[in-house]
Amino acid sequence: MSSNARIVASGGNRPKPPSLRKSPPSFAWLGVLPFLLFVVLFLFLPSLSLFVGGFQDAKGNFTLENIRGLFTPFILNAYWVTIKISLATALMGGIVGFFLAYALVAGGVPNWVRSSLMTFCGVASNFAGVPLAQAFIFTLGRVGLLTVFLREALHIDLYEQGFNLYSFWGLSVTYLYFQLPLMVLIITPPIEGLRREWREAAENLGATSSQYWWHVGVPVLMPSLLGSMILLFGNAFGAYATALSLTGGLINLVTILIGSQIKGDVLHNPNLGYALAFGMVVVMAVVMSIYYVLRRRSEYWLKK
Amino acid sequence: MSFLVLEDISKVFPTAVGVEKFDLSVERGEFISFLGPSGCGKTTTLRMVAGFESPTTGKIILDGVDITDRPPNQRNVGMVFQSYALFPNMTVAQNIGFGLKIRKEPESAIKQRVAEMLALIHLEQKGNSFPHQLSGGQQQRVALARALAIRPQVLLLDEPLSALDAKIRVSLRAEIRAIQRQLGITAIYVTHDQEEALSISDRIVVMHEGKIEQVGTPFEIYNFPTTRFVANFVGSLNTAEAEVVDPQGGIVALHGIRLVSTSDLKEKRKGDKVMIAIRPERIGFIAEGEKENVFEGRVENITFLGSVVRLQLRVGETIFNMDTFNRPSLQLPGNGDTIRVTCSSKAVLVLSE
Repeated sequence: MSSNARIVASGGNRPKPPSLRKSPPSFAWLGVLPFLLFVVLFLFLPSLSLFVGGFQDAKGNFTLENIRGLFTPFILNAYWVTIKISLATALMGGIVGFFLAYALVAGGVPNWVRSSLMTFCGVASNFAGVPLAQAFIFTLGRVGLLTVFLREALHIDLYEQGFNLYSFWGLSVTYLYFQLPLMVLIITPPIEGLRREWREAAENLGATSSQYWWHVGVPVLMPSLLGSMILLFGNAFGAYATALSLTGGLINLVTILIGSQIKGDVLHNPNLGYALAFGMVVVMAVVMSIYYVLRRRSEYWLKK
Repeated sequence: MSFLVLEDISKVFPTAVGVEKFDLSVERGEFISFLGPSGCGKTTTLRMVAGFESPTTGKIILDGVDITDRPPNQRNVGMVFQSYALFPNMTVAQNIGFGLKIRKEPESAIKQRVAEMLALIHLEQKGNSFPHQLSGGQQQRVALARALAIRPQVLLLDEPLSALDAKIRVSLRAEIRAIQRQLGITAIYVTHDQEEALSISDRIVVMHEGKIEQVGTPFEIYNFPTTRFVANFVGSLNTAEAEVVDPQGGIVALHGIRLVSTSDLKEKRKGDKVMIAIRPERIGFIAEGEKENVFEGRVENITFLGSVVRLQLRVGETIFNMDTFNRPSLQLPGNGDTIRVTCSSKAVLVLSE
């Protein structure tokens, strides 16, 4: 009690403690509003529409028929082929693109060459669809320029030797045209981030070049490598126009299947198309989850 | 033969000369510093010893073996980098044990050596931490332990303290020196910080524009600089042009003031112009009976520098700094006062260009 009394008694002479003033409300979040609006309008609502549509029949009634339809052998095969082609081009594009990017960074090329190559990569990574398919047909088709040149001048008949532009591997080669430069574009900055001193320190401690890469270079780059490859996977997984223009539906891809269900020719069933698209979202979610786990593991040294 | 010999080393880059005619012999267990401003070639020389640069001419001989053409991973030379260069994906223990792992030493031996090294740098508790969890000073100690773990014949340190704050720098440099003495390892230390070089080294190699200016103990480098560059670069210095009056007697004249120097002037002739240098702390207030090298100066400014007070004196047309210890009993003149000061003949250095 007495101490309380003392506090009260002395309180009058003491300067008032500074009042805890509230900081003025921040409206900085308003800056992100256009982006959020964009996400809602062009990602969230369309996804929701796909999801809802996937569980509806043509009259709008709830049904599981479309989801059941995803498990038919034809559609399962389409998913499998799409996953295979995405995986193959992500791996090939990822590995070869990494070496190309490394050559670009470590090769000591003049700056103008390097910036020209990066510009080309930027353009090439966006070159897809009908023009790309046509370019490959004119180059590597049965009567393509390169095919004919190899056959006439060097007596190498690509098609005799099993190559077919309109096959799984033909389509993969075509996809690589945009996958490789995309990989170069996104993996170059992380490669540049590898510090010269790490390599020198490793060499100084007795390591060879391959030991440096095994113990330091690759582990440090692994999160970026995984991130880049998942991007390549998604890039190939969602590709539609290139495959359709090149193979005209000969290869059973999910995106082509969705197109034929929604566009309304022989296989017109938009709700099955929605379910197929929903299935793609699920596949991507699974892939992203695997990626997340792998990335967490490869980044163990950053997470601790 | 000396333990490490750098014989007529030079390094020519496409656009410039990095190092020119560099000759140095280092004894076993010696701590040598390369001191000089940026771009003087000190790091290039160190990197040639490490094997990261190849000399254009000359030889590097380590313990009697010519290692000039050996790749860096076959030199058994430990290096500590300015930016620590710890492998970010490895723990402290893994970093320290990396060189031994590469050498395929048994797991138990690696473990034991890592524990020894952690104890040496007083970071026993940090073995499982990752580099990003350590402070700059701790990271540099780990880098030092990593370089020492492989039992290198020579330890190279490339400005290891320049990324650290002043207090850590002072304590860590003492720690580096203590460890070097404890292990008896030969060390070459690159720095542009003269105080660091003076405090840590057995000998200092002062470099300028790719060439050696002077090699000597810290005492010699500070007290008897042989060139104008060394005199100016190491410590603060008053320099002025004087005229030789008596070459035999070592007497020069500065604005009519006769100054006696113990520097050798025998090769000079009367009337020759020479550059003289006097350290600020070698100038003092005149004591009773003092007659040699006495001159007058007008106090232009007085600056307190903590333990030292610096007086700026105008002597003729030349400004001289004079440092005196700051004591409570110190009686200082006022600005504008003319005072009489003196310096010993040993303090008047005649510099070669």
